[in-house]
Amino acid sequence: MSNTTKLVSANLKKRYAKERRFKFYGIFSITLSLTFLLFLLFDIVSKCLPVFTQSYVELDIDFAPKYLNLEEKSSYSKEELFNANYQKLINNSLYKLFPEVKARKQKRILRKFVSSGAQYKLRDLVIDNPKIIGDTKSIWLLTDDDIDSFIKGLIDENAPESERRVKDFQINWIKSLQAKDKIDSKLNINFLTNSDSREPEQAGILGALKGSFYTMLITLLLSFPIGVGAAIYLEEFAPKNYWIDIIEVNINNLAAVPSIVFGILGLAIYINFFGIPRSAPIAGGLVLSLMTLPVIIISTRVAIKSVPPSIREAALGLGASKMQVITHHVIPLAMPGILTGSIIGMAQALGESAPLLMIGMVAFVADVPQSFFDPATVLPVQIFIWADSPERAFIALTSAAIVVLLVFLFLMNLSAIILRKKFENKQ
Amino acid sequence: MNNLDLTIILCISVLAAFLLAQRRAKLWHTSSTTNIHSLPSYYGYLTAIWTLMPALTIFIIWSIFELNAISGIIVSKIQELQILDKESLELTLNKIYNIANSDFYNLNDSSSINNQAANLFIEYKNNSLILKCISVISIAILSFLVVYFFITPNTKARNKVEKLITYLLLSCALIAILTTIGIIVSVLFESLEFFSQISIFEFLFSTNWSPQIAIREGQTGNSGAFGAVPLFWGTVFISFIAMLVAAPLGLISAIYLAKYATPKFRSIAKPLLEILAGIPTVVYGFFAALTIGPAIRDFCVFLKELGISLDIEIIANITISTESALAVGLVMGTMIVPFILSISDDVISTVPNSIVDGSIAMGATKSETVWRVIIPAALPGIVGGFLLAISRAIGETMIVLMAAGVAANLTANPLDTVTTITTQIVVLLTGDQEFDNVKTLAAFALGLSLFVTTLIINVIALYIVRKYREQYE
Repeated sequence: MSNTTKLVSANLKKRYAKERRFKFYGIFSITLSLTFLLFLLFDIVSKCLPVFTQSYVELDIDFAPKYLNLEEKSSYSKEELFNANYQKLINNSLYKLFPEVKARKQKRILRKFVSSGAQYKLRDLVIDNPKIIGDTKSIWLLTDDDIDSFIKGLIDENAPESERRVKDFQINWIKSLQAKDKIDSKLNINFLTNSDSREPEQAGILGALKGSFYTMLITLLLSFPIGVGAAIYLEEFAPKNYWIDIIEVNINNLAAVPSIVFGILGLAIYINFFGIPRSAPIAGGLVLSLMTLPVIIISTRVAIKSVPPSIREAALGLGASKMQVITHHVIPLAMPGILTGSIIGMAQALGESAPLLMIGMVAFVADVPQSFFDPATVLPVQIFIWADSPERAFIALTSAAIVVLLVFLFLMNLSAIILRKKFENKQ
Repeated sequence: MNNLDLTIILCISVLAAFLLAQRRAKLWHTSSTTNIHSLPSYYGYLTAIWTLMPALTIFIIWSIFELNAISGIIVSKIQELQILDKESLELTLNKIYNIANSDFYNLNDSSSINNQAANLFIEYKNNSLILKCISVISIAILSFLVVYFFITPNTKARNKVEKLITYLLLSCALIAILTTIGIIVSVLFESLEFFSQISIFEFLFSTNWSPQIAIREGQTGNSGAFGAVPLFWGTVFISFIAMLVAAPLGLISAIYLAKYATPKFRSIAKPLLEILAGIPTVVYGFFAALTIGPAIRDFCVFLKELGISLDIEIIANITISTESALAVGLVMGTMIVPFILSISDDVISTVPNSIVDGSIAMGATKSETVWRVIIPAALPGIVGGFLLAISRAIGETMIVLMAAGVAANLTANPLDTVTTITTQIVVLLTGDQEFDNVKTLAAFALGLSLFVTTLIINVIALYIVRKYREQYE
């Protein structure tokens, strides 16, 4: 054995150990990132589970006119019925259920056993069927969010009373009602049919979904044609000169500008200068389309570049003009790539919230937006608003809204991946 | 008739112009002996474009200035409105629009000035609409006739249409420039206004940040403290922690995936890791604020008790806070991992195989090749990628907003609360505020410093990456 070989083999064991260690670090760091991802998803999904059901309490409601603040007569006008006092009906049946509650303070807490939206359910019921006045009927009503949280087991019964949002006497009420089978949990439809509300049990994501839809529509209509147009110009027509270089550097830079800066631009230019309504999907869409543009331009350029030159040359050789080559051959062939890039850009825009905070989409909006100009919020901003709310029940709502957002993003990215796969197979 | 009807009429007339011109070109083609220059459809396109353009321009300009013009006329007609100052006039005008646009108010009751104005408003608006329709349609017809008259079989219709489309495409590309100008204009002017009230040296070098004082009554605007050093520090500190997490994780994962993993493992692990980049930042913010933050706090409480029982002073004095820089940095770091991963992957794969194979052939192990050949060769690219990641961490808003708090501390303790530029921008600009308030202006100055910082980093990073690519291509 030569001297060098000896030296090498003396070190070999150490070097192989180093090699194994390095390989282990690689696996370890990938596993760590994936564990984090799994933990995050698991954490959010497990927090959103309580949203699926809501607790209802069965109350015997006595629809006597005196409890409705109505005079006794044979028929009532719609306006009278609309303005009647339905909360009193609920209060009354609650008092009857717990006659032992006498103290003013406890009575006030008892009144809050049922969700504050329950009275509107009774109002709709009476307006639909005025004959019900005078009868007694048992009706399932939505419970308040704290009561609901306790029934779902989210509030620790063994914690000291002062740290609990539900006090001992309230727990006794719940237990006595449960013993009488008067509490039941039903599927939560409010989450999908309602807009935002201050009361967690009545809050839903319909308004935010519609706001997101309008905002995304504007973003798509603006950024897709402009982005593709700009990319075609830069790739096919642009002369090689100083100005075009500036535009290119510019686009690459815009892709890396922090999103909040686009929000400042929206606030200063769109809202304060052009007077576009605050909080409206039109303003949000305009801001997000500026953000999405660079993404679409860059991916479209890559897609156009990947069209084989043979196709262009063949078309030019057969007498097509440059514009005809582009519209008849290059764009159709690059389309899957363009669409993939656009979907990814749109998915980014759908999850974006920081610039929208700047243009006032963070305002509390209880109505479902009906047009591009109505005040609205979008799904990620709704998540932000709920995450900031102190009530415990909002945690579940936030997580559920996150799950809905992630499902949408997943579907968009999945379609982009499928498109890309198809494209790759074709070539 | 309203704007929608007008749009539809315009579309129909453009279509008609296209069909008429195309038909005429076809007739030329079949009847005459001379050849036409372009395909018949190009004559159609050319006519359609020239029919649409002037009419559309008038339509858009009219619609933009309509409302201002009408309010101007109303103000000049009703004397009671002229004595109002600017703000209350705006309010009153808004009220008038609301009355005019709703069917809730009884407009026949003309006793109040607002109702009178609303009636006037409706009248002028209707007149304006009629005038607008007439002028738009007549201009469309006129321009159609002119173009139709001027086009002959010898007109180079295709070349003209293509030229027009090229201009359209160029204007699309110019929007990118316009956006940058828009950003600069929107932050620069308000920032200059800010620096005329607060000295730029105070903003850049003073360590006291408490903008809230400025809104107290009886105090002038510049009594709030606007030293942004704690914000700059907080931003740098959080980005540093994030990079401490993301750089090794991302780089080592990229090396493993590129050089060690089987193709199958790679095809599964890479998309999974890229999911991390697709998750919206608001989700990370929620996770940092509700899971990681409290977990770190609980751990600190545990450590503190341990420190007290073991009598170790450093551990016993540990800071306990839910909103810690550490929680934000950890979560943000994980968010950036896939970003670094994909850039490093890109960069590593551009290192020529010849030098990698050379190293292996000399008997080096894979890890030795990675550390001594690949990484030195790819270093500029990796540095560029890291710089882009840092710029992303600096500009990140939602995670810090939700989990980092607003207290402007100048501390190097990762368990303490810090605040960042982006957080303060959101805090200062959300909510109802006067636009010329110093507090609001401060947000624009922060926006300017954020934009300039990220711009410099991006330009350097993009330059390095480009130079690096050119080196091996």
